[in-house]
Amino acid sequence: MSEPSIIFWILAAVTLISGALVVTLKNIFHCALFLILCLFCVAGIYILLEAEFLAAAQVLIYVGAVAILIIFAVMLTTDLAKNRVKMVSEDTPIALVASGIFAFGAIMLIWYTVPKIKTWVDPSNVPMMEDNIASIGKYLMTQFMLPFEVVSVLLLAALIGAIVLARKERS
Amino acid sequence: MVYYLALAAILFSLGLFGVMTRRNIIGILMSLELMFNAANINFVAFNKFVAPDALVGQMFAIFVVVVAAAEAVVGLAIVLLIYRNWRGIGTDNIRIMKW
Repeated sequence: MSEPSIIFWILAAVTLISGALVVTLKNIFHCALFLILCLFCVAGIYILLEAEFLAAAQVLIYVGAVAILIIFAVMLTTDLAKNRVKMVSEDTPIALVASGIFAFGAIMLIWYTVPKIKTWVDPSNVPMMEDNIASIGKYLMTQFMLPFEVVSVLLLAALIGAIVLARKERS
Repeated sequence: MVYYLALAAILFSLGLFGVMTRRNIIGILMSLELMFNAANINFVAFNKFVAPDALVGQMFAIFVVVVAAAEAVVGLAIVLLIYRNWRGIGTDNIRIMKW
């Protein structure tokens, strides 16, 4: 099990700090901006894991589309300057304890079981993939043909559904 | 491997914390995005350390991203509709489904 590089530590630290700010900040607009930073660092982690196409898709879809959509929704719904939206509930300590127990248990589980498994592939022994994007395209057109088509129908349905929901009703 | 999985676990519990404490819908949706990303990091890490020659984990992560985008679109449309009808997006105000 090789130690990850310094870049991983930087990316992980920025991801976790901005993720923590996303869930704790009072101003929801700042939360959206930190969400963008967090998703961008996750794209960097994908590049470290040699998933270049996924990193590009992450930047395009999340940073480019979903985050902009969230910012639009924030600006359309809340008057940030006038009335503050209630952000944090009263049962924060309980939630902190619950998610802390979850994180502790998951990390203990990972820490004690993962190094014992002997079938992990050492990525340094595997030759570099010839082309990540080309092989993903091959997979999409052969083995994952049906999910690909189903997902495009799902996207169309989401598009139409969003238009129907958000349009002004004629009286 | 351990570090990637631990990063994903911490990110997931951050999202969990956000979902439990946030009291408006957009905040909950943003925390959900964090949880999706934690799951995706797990998919890609397992893909790299279990079967690096088959890209099945990455394919699954791509589908997760697409479905999350669809979810965000429909969710935010519903948020807009709720705001238009109730003049607020706090989850304390929305009790139409409550007894």
